[in-house]
Formats: sequence, C-alpha cells, structure tokens
Amino acid sequence: MVTTAPHPSVGSQPVPDGTAPPPAVLTKGLERRFGDVVAVAGVDLEVRTGEIYGFLGPNGAGKSTTIRMLCTLLTPSAGTAVVAGHDVATDPDAVRLRIGVALQDAALDPKQTGRELLRLQGRLYGLRSREIDARLESLSDLVDIGDAMDRFIGTYSGGMRRRLDLAAALIHNPEVLFLDEPTSGLDPESRSAVWEEVRRLNTALGMTIFLTTQYLEEADVLADRVGIIARGRIVAEGTPDELKRAVGTDLIIARIAGDAGAARKALDGIDGIVGVEVHGDELTVSATAGPAALSPVAVALAQCGVVVEELTLRRPTLDDVFLELTGGRLQEREEAA
Amino acid sequence: MAATILPTAPTGRVEIRARKAGFLADLRSIAGRAVRSIPREPEAIVPALLIPLFFFVVNTGSLQDVAQNFGPGFDYKAFQLPVAIVFAVTGISRASTLVTDIQNGYFDRLQMTPVSRLSLLLGLMVADFVNVLALSIPVLGLGLAVGVDVESGVLGALLFLLLASLWGLAFTGFPYAIALKTGNPAAVNSSFLLFFPFAFLTTSFVPQEALTSWLGTTATYNPVTYLLDGLRSLLSEGWDAAALGKAIAAIAGIGVVSIGLALAALRGRVDRG
Repeated sequence: MVTTAPHPSVGSQPVPDGTAPPPAVLTKGLERRFGDVVAVAGVDLEVRTGEIYGFLGPNGAGKSTTIRMLCTLLTPSAGTAVVAGHDVATDPDAVRLRIGVALQDAALDPKQTGRELLRLQGRLYGLRSREIDARLESLSDLVDIGDAMDRFIGTYSGGMRRRLDLAAALIHNPEVLFLDEPTSGLDPESRSAVWEEVRRLNTALGMTIFLTTQYLEEADVLADRVGIIARGRIVAEGTPDELKRAVGTDLIIARIAGDAGAARKALDGIDGIVGVEVHGDELTVSATAGPAALSPVAVALAQCGVVVEELTLRRPTLDDVFLELTGGRLQEREEAA
Repeated sequence: MAATILPTAPTGRVEIRARKAGFLADLRSIAGRAVRSIPREPEAIVPALLIPLFFFVVNTGSLQDVAQNFGPGFDYKAFQLPVAIVFAVTGISRASTLVTDIQNGYFDRLQMTPVSRLSLLLGLMVADFVNVLALSIPVLGLGLAVGVDVESGVLGALLFLLLASLWGLAFTGFPYAIALKTGNPAAVNSSFLLFFPFAFLTTSFVPQEALTSWLGTTATYNPVTYLLDGLRSLLSEGWDAAALGKAIAAIAGIGVVSIGLALAALRGRVDRG
C-alpha cells in the first residue's frame, strides 16, 4: 500500500462539536466468493462523509462486486460493511433508505415514460405525491429532457437514459450516492457534464459520492481520495497527489530500439535517478528533478548503443501508480476496453 | 445537463426523506406499473384473445352435431364456452416482463429500494388478475351472443368470470417460478408447454364418460376437469354447490403449488446470495 494517510477531504462536513462525522462507508475484511472464485478478497475501506471517493481498477478487479455488496444486492461472504451507519448484511432496508445507486448500465424500464419511472421510484421510497412533485421539479435541470419525460424510455438516447438513471438514484435525496462507472461509454462532452453534476451534488449538498471507474482521469479530476483495487484487493489508497508522490517526483519515459538491459545499466549512477523500470521497449525512469536528469539520461542512452525513438518528461499519473503496484498498466486495459 | 440540481444550502439537505412505504402501498405501486404496461403490449393480448375464440368457433362448428350423441338437447356451445375461457386465461402472466426486468437490471434497481420483496411478485399477480378478467369478458360475451344461456343468472355469470380469473391467477405461479429461477426468456416461453397437459388431458372436447379409458383416468387427476365441471354447472345447471366446491378446490390446489414455487424462487432471487 502506497499510503493510507488521513486527508481532510474537500467536501467533508464537520459536525457542530468539531468531531469528525462517522464514515459514510466502512468495510473490514470484506470478501465475496462465487464458488471457488474470490471476486473480492478482504477489502478495508473508509469513505468519509461528504467526500468523493474514487474506486479505481481495471475490468474484473472487483469494483462492481464491491459496490453490489455496499448497495445490498449481494451478501458479503465474509467481513463487514457499514453504509450510512447501518450494516448491509443485518440491516439492509435501513441502508436502502439512505443510498442512491446508478449502476453501470442504466437500469430502466423501456415501456414506462421517464415521468412514470421517476414517480414510481419516489413512491417506493415512501414519498408522498406532492413530495415527488417537488423532487421532480428539483431534478428537472439534471434530467434536462423536456417533453421527452412523457415519452417511453425505449425511445431515449444513451445520454438521456444516463441522466434519467441518475435522477432515479437521486429522487429520494440520498445521503450516499453510488455511481458504478458513471461515464463508461459516454463521449467526452457528456463525460464532462457528468463530472460537473457529481461535483455539484457533492459541494451543494455535501452528498457523499462513491464512484467506481476505470478511467484514470476521472479518478484524478473528481475524487478527493482514490482507492486502487486489483485482483480483489485494495493495493493503494490516498489522495491522487499522495499516490502520485509515492511513485516519484518526475518520470522520464524513453521508448527505445535495442538492448533494454544495456540501456538500463547505462543509467546506473546518474545523479537524481531513483529508479528505472523496463516494460517491453519502454524505460520508466523515476527522477527527483526531471529536467536536470533529462540530458544525462539522453546522453547515457545514446552512448550505450540503443536508438532512442521517443523521450518524454512528465509528472506521474495514477497509471504509473498502478504500474508500480501491479506490474500492469491500467491505461492499456482502458484503451482496450 | 446544467444548472443547480437542488435548492439547498451546503450544510442542509432538503427535508424530503425516504421512508418505508408499507406493503400495501408497495403492492399498489408495483401493480400500477404492471397494469399500465398491459395495453402497451398488444402483441401479448391479441393472441390470448384470438386463440380461445378460434377454438370455440372451430370446436363448436366441427363437433356440435356429433355432440348430440351425448344426449338429446346437449348444448355443445355451453360445453365449450368454459374451455374457451380456460384457454384464454391459462398461462397469461407478466413473467416475460419480469425476466426482461431481471436481464436489463431494472429488477436490481427495484431491489435496491426498500420495497417489500413480496410485493415485487404479488404486484404482478394483481395485474395478471385484472388482465385475465378483462380477457374473459369478451369470451363470455361471444358465448352469450351465440345463444349460450347462463342458468345461474347474472350472479352466476359473475362467479363464472371470477372462477376463470382465479384459475388464471393460480396458474401464473409456474411461469413466475421459471422466470425468477432462471432469468431466461426462452425458459419462460417454454413454460407455455405446461398449458397442454392441463388443457387437453381433460374434458376439453367430450364429457368424461366419453373419454377413452386412459384419458378418462388421467382427466380424473387433472384439476382442470373439476374447474370445467364447475364452470359448466353455472351455465347449464344453475347452482351446484358440489361442482363449485370442487372447482374452487382445484383452483386452490394448483394455486398453492404454483404460487408456492414462485415464492420459493423469489426468495432465491432476492436472498442476495
């Protein structure tokens, strides 16, 4: 684990006596097995009230299984999970009253109109008719589909379905909002719009938001803190900056043609370099001061006989964190997905 | 997607808060959605109406003269009308909608609300009852139009519709059990096969005494035989408590088995295992 240092989150709401509010999500040793397959292998999480928590990992890492346990759809095989102050295994109805959920695929009934679906959703949360009217009014900007509210959902575009799905998750004004891959499959413009809404919900209402994502940028830009999950386990947790700092200050990436082992050896002893990793034809050089190390690195590579095809200097990303922790790149999987 | 979502201060939430609606309110909500969707699926209603009317016309047209062998003045139209009703209502359910909900994740969305789990099934059954009642009325209307008398009068006609609808309701447990157990639309469609032994290994075409020996014996164990006897008694004989009692027992027996299976399947589906 890179770091688990506490970090006061941007959206956290202190209680009047100055003590921190109880966590919105707290899990200990959370496990879920399907037969012999261990999908989630002992996850410890603490999501603070009022923060945006990004749950980052590739497909199949255990993100969706974790969120389905937290949302009361699956019972944990072992461990405990407390959401909004209530145990998901022993008091699921109390949890359900306090959470809103938008799962990965917009779960809607194509043969209802948008308005019918939202009203039904409101009634199932015990809202009275005038309360539902008030909530529909409040959510109308979010849904933003005008007359289409009275059309069958089967006629909606993907973006309209996503917005309606989010509105359905918010109809009862939940304390904790779970978003499972909220921007998966959306174009960049729609993705930015969702990010804007998530921020607005968090800052305007202090709503705790737990979102899973496989997009690095999403976790980086949106989340107060990030948990990285791989093969069913949390491998790192912290603010995006904390996680990136743990990898190194700067990274020099060299794509080369030639003997990578010789190239790596050639970089030994250069001042300011704290680590070199080889992944195929790519060398990742961690440096305390990247600009100062760039020239010596270029010279050393040229002198050892390899051809430098590309040489870049950049700040570490969450992808670099993932690479260091798991040996695989999240970004490649994301692009393949 | 823009502008403020909720008019609240950063530290304060709007007062609207979720609460449990209660079983009856949940039942009303789930049934309301299911009833609304019935006329939106005419492809499911039209065959359910045409098939019994078709069989009624063909059966009476082809067998009416032969049926005179069963006794002088034997009213074969009155004999066939209950069969048409049973054909209309047996196997009609919202199970295909339920399986679609399961597949597209809407059932999960419902499960993440505090809705009573039982109402998720019973709400659909309430809609089924409305549906089969609505299907029975035009079939009975056709029978009356072609001259079938109801010896038990208006009340008898209403009981006729009620018994038919209760039978339809009792039978819905089978497709629901399959839908909840498998979540597979093909499996739900194949549940229609159950209709055949119930509908044909009985007195659908001739009275029990005219059936060949093996079929007569089988019909004795088929609850539809007693349902048809009860329905026919209302048309041809008036009020026959014994026949009606057996019909109600047959409906209850099938209902206990099929709805029991459906409830067990519902428990399996919602136990979060």
